[in-house]
Amino acid sequence: MRAVLTPGSLDEVFDLLERHPDAMPVAGGTDLLVRLRSQAGQDDRPLIPLADVKELHGISKDGTTLAIGAVTSFSRIIADPLIAEHAPLLAKAARTIGGPAIRNMATIGGNIRTASPAGDSLTPLYLLEAMIEIASQRGKRLLPIGEFIIGPGQTALCGGEIITRILLQPGGCFPCHCFEKTGRRRSMAIAVTSFAGMARLSGEGVIEEARFAWGSVAPTVLRIPALEKELAGSRLDDGTIRHAAQIVRESVTPISDIRATADYRRSIAGNLLARFLEGLRG
Amino acid sequence: MNDMTQPAIRKKSVHFTLNGSALNIETRADRRVIDLLREDLGLTGSKEGCGTGECGACTILVNGEAKLACLMLAVQLDGTRVETVEGLAQTPDGPLLQQAFVEEGAVQCGFCIPGMEMAATALLRDNDNPSRDAIREGLSGNLCRCTGYVKIVDAVERAARDIRCCREEQ
Repeated sequence: MRAVLTPGSLDEVFDLLERHPDAMPVAGGTDLLVRLRSQAGQDDRPLIPLADVKELHGISKDGTTLAIGAVTSFSRIIADPLIAEHAPLLAKAARTIGGPAIRNMATIGGNIRTASPAGDSLTPLYLLEAMIEIASQRGKRLLPIGEFIIGPGQTALCGGEIITRILLQPGGCFPCHCFEKTGRRRSMAIAVTSFAGMARLSGEGVIEEARFAWGSVAPTVLRIPALEKELAGSRLDDGTIRHAAQIVRESVTPISDIRATADYRRSIAGNLLARFLEGLRG
Repeated sequence: MNDMTQPAIRKKSVHFTLNGSALNIETRADRRVIDLLREDLGLTGSKEGCGTGECGACTILVNGEAKLACLMLAVQLDGTRVETVEGLAQTPDGPLLQQAFVEEGAVQCGFCIPGMEMAATALLRDNDNPSRDAIREGLSGNLCRCTGYVKIVDAVERAARDIRCCREEQ
């Protein structure tokens, strides 16, 4: 039988983690409890549910920084006016996660900690250059999401640490944005490939600045800074779009698994960018 | 806060409201809510389909929000208000929803229906005049292996109409 330790405050979480270094914090549980059940009997490490820790909930704006508590559910994120105003791309991606009950349970911090290459909230967080606030009894540190997530299921978290907040600086103005997910079906499906894009165009149909991120095509979410740089200042003609899609197909390193082949993912990754860029032309 | 040194850590006392009645039970700390409901409390209306959060057959309402009983620990119910399909007939709109499922012939094998009705209840409390698209979205986490989705959506649409009518009459 597994012990469940129930902290009521962040200090209690840190204290429990110090005394039980093998304990596992649980946010929404939608990934973790499935995994633990599949390993039933082999693992009886204690659980620390975080749902009752008030400091880890909620969305607030302090100056220019938007802060999202780690155990804020995707339903709250979708319904939040601050997110709608400052990070609509994140709300767009959140709407595609699971179904309503999963979105009531699953949390943004949990999605980041799970560090799946297919995590639906991750591509927008990479584009918004999210900073992950990590804390333990020893103090706090901040890491860009791209440094926090190291590989599939692997993060920079050390013993005794949890994700406490996700910090966004929604400074840049990107009027055009999109999130797309291809999967076996629209709900509940793990993404075969996902794509998030943000762009700002000049009046003459020239890209001023654009950012793109892909999920499920590499061990972690992929951005291609060289492509973003190259496209800045480009006019969106057919040749540019074809060339950009080709660079994507050469840059991604997908695997074949039960959901799709690597070739399919490679081709979709290019097509999703091409579709976004074509949409920008109007 | 509990500590491993206390033997109580593996057994927890959980206090919650289940379909309107206050309950105080001792349970294994790592008991899943679906097992607590079905095996310990004998409420077998909530079904376990996949056990991995993909089918929605175990959908219950916790503080009014749809949640999956197969992915929750019993201790997480402490201090909450829980509704399961067994209590639906006693809610103001439950009988109209259930009658609409009957009238529309929405039930085939029936395994998914408790989850469908709980998801529909959450949807209709939030939006009493949902479009068919909104209904499909509201039920998007619930699988029907008989694939009787059209009639299930018809039933929820009819329930919404009946509930609105009933309110206007009052």
